Amino acid sequence: MKRSKIYPGYFILPALLLIALLYLLPALLGTAYSFTDWNRYSNELHFVGWKNYIKVFSGGEKYIGYIKNTVFFTVLSAVLKLGLGLALAILFTSSRIRLCNLHRTIAFAPQVFSVLIIGITFKAMLHPSTGFINALLRSCGLSFLAHDWLGSIDTAFGSIIAVDVWRGAGYAMVIFIAGIQNIPLIYYESASIDGAGFWAKLLHITIPSLIPTLTVNLVLSITYGLRVFDIVYVLTNGGPGNATDVINTATFMNFSKGNYAMGTTLSSILACATVIIALFIVRFMGKKEDNQ
Amino acid sequence: MKRRIQTILQNLIAWIFSAIIVIPIIIIALNSFKNVKESNSMSFHLPSIWEFTNYLEVIKRGNLLVGFRNSFSYALLSTLLLLVVTLPCAFVLQRRGAKRLYRILYYVLIIGIALPLNNIALMKVMVGLHLMNTRVGIYLLYAAIGLPLSVFIAHGFMSGIPRELDEAAVIDGCSAGNLFLKVILPLLKPVASTLFILNFLNTWNDFTMAIYFLNGSDKMPVTLSVYNFFGQFQKSWNLVCADIMLTALPVLIVYLFAQKYIIQGLTSGAVKG
Repeated sequence: MKRSKIYPGYFILPALLLIALLYLLPALLGTAYSFTDWNRYSNELHFVGWKNYIKVFSGGEKYIGYIKNTVFFTVLSAVLKLGLGLALAILFTSSRIRLCNLHRTIAFAPQVFSVLIIGITFKAMLHPSTGFINALLRSCGLSFLAHDWLGSIDTAFGSIIAVDVWRGAGYAMVIFIAGIQNIPLIYYESASIDGAGFWAKLLHITIPSLIPTLTVNLVLSITYGLRVFDIVYVLTNGGPGNATDVINTATFMNFSKGNYAMGTTLSSILACATVIIALFIVRFMGKKEDNQ
Repeated sequence: MKRRIQTILQNLIAWIFSAIIVIPIIIIALNSFKNVKESNSMSFHLPSIWEFTNYLEVIKRGNLLVGFRNSFSYALLSTLLLLVVTLPCAFVLQRRGAKRLYRILYYVLIIGIALPLNNIALMKVMVGLHLMNTRVGIYLLYAAIGLPLSVFIAHGFMSGIPRELDEAAVIDGCSAGNLFLKVILPLLKPVASTLFILNFLNTWNDFTMAIYFLNGSDKMPVTLSVYNFFGQFQKSWNLVCADIMLTALPVLIVYLFAQKYIIQGLTSGAVKG
């Protein structure tokens, strides 16, 4: 019997239609619109060439700030989540820890809640006058450290990243644990016989074996970081001023102001960057893996 | 001796990490039972009078029941639609994967894992299709958002189902439709439940699509109703905390009971990949 009869092509059509209409068409249309002056207030559409892109890349502090913030958020939150996730994974697979499963359950829990709920929770925790963090600092006699965490330029972004790491480290941990459990125990046993200590095993067995897992975690947290929106929107909405605006909050701001062309330009830049970076990581890390 | 101290130290560190996760949740829970004045200083102190009426007030004033109903219908229907669309698609893509065309189609379908949505242009498309601010539009949208990762996970799972099974069924006179429905589909239960949980949870928790594509309080999902409630009652932390508890509690209970499946759902794509 012919392949095409057993596995009919039309099984793919509904999925393809959904993706084509709601994913790919907007991506293409959005790129096309980024070369126009599309906005809410006029029905006429004019071709403006690269004007919107030039505005982003040489339009002064504001736009470069969005890009810088997005990169800063992505790199810092990825490094912290992966570092902490790996540390937790090693800790919670150790035979010396009691109630390992309980700890794992707790560490992963924030991942199941809505970012919005977490955002409001931490808005409450970090509130300058009524929040728990400041109350705690004051009661320890450290009131000089009490601070308007989300409202001042020097700590707003750090606070957002801290909340995001609080939420996401457990996810990285679970993926690392799955990777660690795939490493054959015999490696560790024979290393022990050869007299290897904890750090030697970590450096020469655990980490090299975790390269594929690391790649996955890296791709996940980088693509997440680049398109981050809700946690920033809820915690600071880009403020104070534009200090914590990332590309996607700027896109939303342009959307609500009716500057559709600028919004879609930012979206297109982000889409392009994300796909290139994701492909690059997969290629680069994939090669490394082959060499091992 | 040294080993013993190390063990104690490691357990201590583990508890500190867990405490950092749990403390905010406990504080929100305690605060949700306080009166307005007490809730203005967040601390571990138990409320002097337990105000259970906070919860009733939130349910009444926060439009919470409408939000729950909406979120439930968005999450359930879009997830079911997603499964109906994804499973046959992943089956055919995997079985015909040797052909170049199907490999390309596979990459087209999963590129959304990395490619972010262009929400503004999507609005234009939704308006054109008369889907803007409609329930049908939201079902389709959430199904489309979940599709790339779901196709990827289902595709990975299919490769574990032997082809010989298809051939045997066909030799016995099975049609293509029956082959999928009666032979393959029953074997897909594990991956189907994983995808169900993953997408249900993502839709339930989502907030971005609602602020872009929905307006009017009758269509509001629960996340948006919490956000609006927070905007209105910023001064009453006790009510805000009760609102957080009410929306987080169902998710927490489901997590505690179905933990294994949820973790599997949220990581299976990653670990397989």
